[in-house]
Amino acid sequence: MTHSDTPAHIQLGMTDDEYADVVALLGRDPQAAELAMYSVMWSEHCSYKSSRIHLGRFRSNQPWVVVGPGENAGVVDLGDGWLAALRIESHNHPSFVEPHQGAATGVGGILRDIFTMGARPIGVWDAIRFGPLDDPRNRYLLEGVVSGIAGYGNAVGVPTLGGEVEFADRFSKNPLVNVMALGILKEDQLVLSAASGEGNIAILLGNATGKDGIGGASILASASFEEGDEEKRPSVQVGDPFEEKKLIEACLDLYNKGLVVAIQDLGAAGISCATSETAGNGGMGMDVNLDAVHLREPGMTPGEVLMSESQERMLAIVEPDNAENVLAVATKWEIDASVIGTVTRGPALKIYSQGNLVADVPAASLADDAPKYNRPSTRPSYLDEAWASEPVIPKIIDAADVLCELLDDPAIGDRSWISSQYDHMLFLNTVIEPGHDGSLMRIKGTEKGMAVSTDGDSLRTYLDPRRGATRIVFESALNVAVTGARPYALVDNLNFGNPENPEVMWQFTEAVEGMAWACEELDVPVVGGNVSFYNQTDGTDIYPTPVVGMLGFCDPMPQRPPRLDRAREGMSIWVIGQEPGHDFAASAYDRIINNNLGGRPHDVDGDTARRVIAATATLAYEVPVLHDISTGGLAVALAEIAFASDVGFQLDTLPHSDLFDETPLRVVAAATDDGLDTQVPHTRIGTFGGTVLDFATAGSISLDEAKAIWSNALVRRMH
Amino acid sequence: MTTAVVVFPGTNCERDVEYALSMVGLDAELVWHRDTDLAGADSVILPGGFAHGDYLRTGAIARFSPVMKEVERLATAGVPVLGICNGFQILCEAGILDGALVANQDLKFICKPVTVRVESTNSVLTAAATVGQVLRIPLNSYEGNYISDESLSLDGDTSVVLRYCDADGDLTPAANPNGSMASIAGIANSRGNVAGLMPHPERAIEDILGSSDGKVLFESFAASIPSVNA
Repeated sequence: MTHSDTPAHIQLGMTDDEYADVVALLGRDPQAAELAMYSVMWSEHCSYKSSRIHLGRFRSNQPWVVVGPGENAGVVDLGDGWLAALRIESHNHPSFVEPHQGAATGVGGILRDIFTMGARPIGVWDAIRFGPLDDPRNRYLLEGVVSGIAGYGNAVGVPTLGGEVEFADRFSKNPLVNVMALGILKEDQLVLSAASGEGNIAILLGNATGKDGIGGASILASASFEEGDEEKRPSVQVGDPFEEKKLIEACLDLYNKGLVVAIQDLGAAGISCATSETAGNGGMGMDVNLDAVHLREPGMTPGEVLMSESQERMLAIVEPDNAENVLAVATKWEIDASVIGTVTRGPALKIYSQGNLVADVPAASLADDAPKYNRPSTRPSYLDEAWASEPVIPKIIDAADVLCELLDDPAIGDRSWISSQYDHMLFLNTVIEPGHDGSLMRIKGTEKGMAVSTDGDSLRTYLDPRRGATRIVFESALNVAVTGARPYALVDNLNFGNPENPEVMWQFTEAVEGMAWACEELDVPVVGGNVSFYNQTDGTDIYPTPVVGMLGFCDPMPQRPPRLDRAREGMSIWVIGQEPGHDFAASAYDRIINNNLGGRPHDVDGDTARRVIAATATLAYEVPVLHDISTGGLAVALAEIAFASDVGFQLDTLPHSDLFDETPLRVVAAATDDGLDTQVPHTRIGTFGGTVLDFATAGSISLDEAKAIWSNALVRRMH
Repeated sequence: MTTAVVVFPGTNCERDVEYALSMVGLDAELVWHRDTDLAGADSVILPGGFAHGDYLRTGAIARFSPVMKEVERLATAGVPVLGICNGFQILCEAGILDGALVANQDLKFICKPVTVRVESTNSVLTAAATVGQVLRIPLNSYEGNYISDESLSLDGDTSVVLRYCDADGDLTPAANPNGSMASIAGIANSRGNVAGLMPHPERAIEDILGSSDGKVLFESFAASIPSVNA
């Protein structure tokens, strides 16, 4: 992969122009350790150099935002002194190279972002993408990723409360692993990353620094993949959830005792990033002594110590008088700690090793002076042909046959093969568990509730990046609304192909625009995000996959929030929201029955979205069942209620295509009354009861037969 | 007088157990694994989690934690001692209860509600329940598969107090989630003061969590503490 005659900066993933910038900035050639630092900090992964100019489109100026984008996690105010911290991040390339550890360390990293803010992490959600499961390699990746998330999340003691999964050909050699985390804290516990106070001490806490993960950010995360790149395995870090569990407890103890001025986790680019960010964010400098870093192995060069991405480490800035107390807390929780630096007036970050000054750079330059690219963007050539390939939907449909095929799809069938491997109950907050539209957590000691939904829609976004991205924002809002929560804050994870391809850049900017617009329509702040480019293997870019993590908030939380398993014999079935509009582009029907991906997804009106979402959140306090109509349309939504409640249904005669139509902003409800108290359009379409799924003139199927197919869809492929 | 809830590095259910104890009127004191004196406690719970990361083997390191000598002393003295999930694994590994917990039959972590049947009321875990009662309680473990080299009976050294069953209370292979020998979900010593179970009763303590069937087990525990009875 690397050759001795290749210049060092090229080996480190840096361009000639970027190298020239470093020389100009320093006024000299960089030393080896300095070059290592710039190469990582200026990588796509750390610097967002291709996306930064576009991310300003997102707004986060709502009054309940306490901390917006730029810190380790976004923070919002829940009232009565409670705050929530949220963040999402990808670990795509590491998970392809080594699925178990790649996914595990993705969980570890996102949790550190949360407890760096002073919050206790209380939930994790996973949004994952794989190639079709008929390929054993894809089964291996799914198995490994799920076991990695389970192995780390369960052992570190943070429940995994939900997520979503899709399967499509373009993820075969580039799976996606996005992980969102949520934490809660009291407002006086909030900690930020800006170091202050000349003479304050920098203490490295946690795991020993080793040679794992060196170059992870620049080599793995910021370049495309080619056949044989499994050899990049040494760049994947190894996770230790036990060390992280101790680190969480130690850090929360430090915050409770008021012992830290600032703190920063060590993620991509390790010590380089943590020291330069804490110092740079505070407008200070820092003197760092690498000889004091506790190492896992001897013989590491200064550059390796600086670039190591060993997991489960934090850098705390503390007042000198508190240093002894901080070390005592570390001892109590049985973690290692080393005093490695001193905050200086700056602006220089000076790194010493064995008496030599191995790096002397302006601390803020590593972050602030990183290149920004306005890369060219072109409307993709595939679009016209794709839009012309309109879904063909017959007037007469055998709904039983179609439903059975849809239920056998691993992304539609029962996904509890995944969620049952995750501890989703720890902390006794879980009111609505995985398997519903959104998960709902109570906040003990209050009346408040928080709901979360992660959503992505790779194929619809491929057909229209702007509309696709808009719709996932609205869908996530509806998914939290069915629990009674109102959309409150959003984090996004933008997974795209190679940004040097103008068509990919077009997908990216369109998706950003659609997402930002939808958030504005709902008055939802975007409090953080992550961009993952270079999701390209052997020249094929992935389907553009923006993923959102929506936090919903309710106060008070419904006493008995709607659940899928609360439909009963005799309850009437209602559909609420938009009229079916024959919206089949990227629908499950077109993908599975027609084996087609074409047409253009319909646009969505912001006013309609606001009204349907608000009305749904209100209805959640009144009706026993509320379920978003999405993949597979009304038929699949009703079947899911029937399976959970173990009751059939009898529908009135509907146009057959309405059963599988994926027009957004529609909700199905079960209600005991003959009416629904809501201002948005609603129609009664049938009754729950019996043991048959009866679609009137479109046919019928027994509940047990349909449920057996649904239950086995994922399991039978994985065994 | 309080219940000592032992916290090993890696334990994660200590606050959930503390919450459940409060629901039956018991005070909990979280005790760090390096503590060697539990003199103030009238009962002990080893909660779930991953003590010492479950490294080497579940409970294999935890059994050597300093606190365990005192736990063993109290168990021998007849004080109520309960191990939940990882706590059960530790009690077995320490030889305070018989048998061992090995990897689930299908080698997957299992987190889901299961149903268990009360087999005996001669234990601090089940004293307030009735034989044959079916309880819906979440399971959350990778090594939940109980094995023992002796045949366990109600009149031996160890009694079976809970077995996995279906919703009707029948013992079927399909209702045994992890391959446990004889569908065993929980056991007690012959004296009944030391009990362990794999499911998490603290996760079934309120209807809003999906079930409050775990409450009767904590009520049993509370009723078994002499000072509370008096």
